[in-house]
Amino acid sequence: MALLQIEALTKSYGNEARALDQISFSIQAGEFVAIIGPSGAGKSTLLRCINRLVDLTSGDVRFAGVSVPTLRGGALRRQRTQIGMIFQHYNLVNRLSVLENVLHGRLGYKNMVQGVLGLYSETEKREAVRILESLGLGEQIYKRCDQLSGGQKQRVGIARALVQQPKMLLCDEPIASLDPNSAKIIMDTLQQINQKLDITVLVNLHQVDVALAYAQRIIGVNRGRVIFDGPPAELQQEQIQQIYGSESGELIFSLRERYAI
Amino acid sequence: MPSDPLKLRQIQSIAFFAILAALTYGSIVITKYDVVQGFTAIPRAFSWATTHFIPDEAAWRRLPRILEKLFETILMAVSSATTASALGLVVALLGATTTRPHPWFSLPARGIASIFRNIDVSAWALILLFSFGQSTYTGFFALFFVTFGFIVRVMVETIDEVGMASVEALRATGANYLTIISQSVIPACLPQLISWVLYMIETNIRSATLVGILTGTGIGFSFDLYYKSMNYSSASLVVLVIVVAVLIIEALSNVIRRAVL
Ligand SMILES: Nc1ncnc2c1ncn2[C@@H]1O[C@H](COP(=O)(O)OP(=O)(O)OP(=O)(O)O)[C@@H](O)[C@H]1O
Ligand SMILES: [Mg+2]
Repeated sequence: MALLQIEALTKSYGNEARALDQISFSIQAGEFVAIIGPSGAGKSTLLRCINRLVDLTSGDVRFAGVSVPTLRGGALRRQRTQIGMIFQHYNLVNRLSVLENVLHGRLGYKNMVQGVLGLYSETEKREAVRILESLGLGEQIYKRCDQLSGGQKQRVGIARALVQQPKMLLCDEPIASLDPNSAKIIMDTLQQINQKLDITVLVNLHQVDVALAYAQRIIGVNRGRVIFDGPPAELQQEQIQQIYGSESGELIFSLRERYAI
Repeated sequence: MPSDPLKLRQIQSIAFFAILAALTYGSIVITKYDVVQGFTAIPRAFSWATTHFIPDEAAWRRLPRILEKLFETILMAVSSATTASALGLVVALLGATTTRPHPWFSLPARGIASIFRNIDVSAWALILLFSFGQSTYTGFFALFFVTFGFIVRVMVETIDEVGMASVEALRATGANYLTIISQSVIPACLPQLISWVLYMIETNIRSATLVGILTGTGIGFSFDLYYKSMNYSSASLVVLVIVVAVLIIEALSNVIRRAVL
């Protein structure tokens, strides 16, 4: 059975045109999938419908056999603990230390008192430190997050998602604010997480070349519809043009040759 | 109507200054205020003040009693600022877009704050005089209401500005509402909150003097008493004490601000 199954997912914000229109696809456990598409295509909305940061208008999302749209309260929060999320702007509490931010990933497992007071067990703290060390942040554990570089902040964001012990990572343009070097480190890290920890990765990307280099499967979205769904080898210039509109096609396709994938 | 937006803007600003000039001139004419005489009177007022407002021996002997009243006033200013800020923070959390439990909370929260803030502290004191008479409560609640309105307003903005990103991240981990507030919103907004509370303490100490004159309490009462009995030298000592107290409090709060930011 697929880990994630999306059926006829539709989302409209108010009376505007549909941000997502009858989206259907499923993802097997262990896959590394990239979603590409122009700005406003609905990529962020799609990810947020999976963990219900956004309520869907109609359709179904099943994660690990559980139908997400009808979940409420505690059941929804328990569901969310199984899915880690990584953001373009890292979404850390900048004034807190790296360790505190990473431990936030455990809050979904806490009851009201533990959560409000921020009480973490020794095991949880050791695990957070271990993950930080494995991501090369062993030196920064007690630093405040506003003293870190963008790439380091994003690794803190990844660590926060990993301490959740998730089945899947949702990454919303994780490298869009990073320089090429840091971007490569982040993408390599996500790939390792996928391969070594066997965590399913679903990542929104702006850059087609990065998607081609890392993903096992690419889903192309335009105006809330799936235009392409298949392995990178099948993504031809024609499809790229359909996803992005005609002008951008050639530019992106030449990139692909340059990166020799 | 010119269609060029730049030209339109130019016309708007010219019209604005023309109206402002007309209003100024109109109010001078209506109030029969002689601008030249007003300014030339300043040096005379100054020399009169320096000859009459020098604290004498008798005034200095009253110092302990003045300081006692000052202490009372400072206590009222601080306690009204802190209690009003605590309540203001709760209402701001209910009203801010990022943290409101339901969209319906925003309008009432902001509306109430706006009413409390836009009625001046002296107007509040006069209104409250009817219910509490000349007592400490009148002054306390006048300061409380204004502080409350102000804190709600600035904290709603701060929460939406600083809290948005990390709230989203913590929601994605499955954390519950109160946990998100205590672990991410409060830590993220704390420096601004402290800074605004200190600002309101400073403001309240100044206002408390005025309110004291109206309500017959604290240092304002002492000033009023000496002034009306034409004991100018004692009244001037009161003013001196207030000025020194305000300066000390300002310096203190600057030190605290630097420590927390
Ligand atoms: N909160 C919202 N309220 C109203 N409309 C929204 C909201 N969020 C997104 N939209 C609209 O939904 C559509 C899809 O937006 P979305 O952010 O999912 O696109 P995206 O593919 O992530 O774009 P980008 O690459 O710029 O991040 C857009 O037309 C956008 O204007
Ligand atoms: Mg987006």
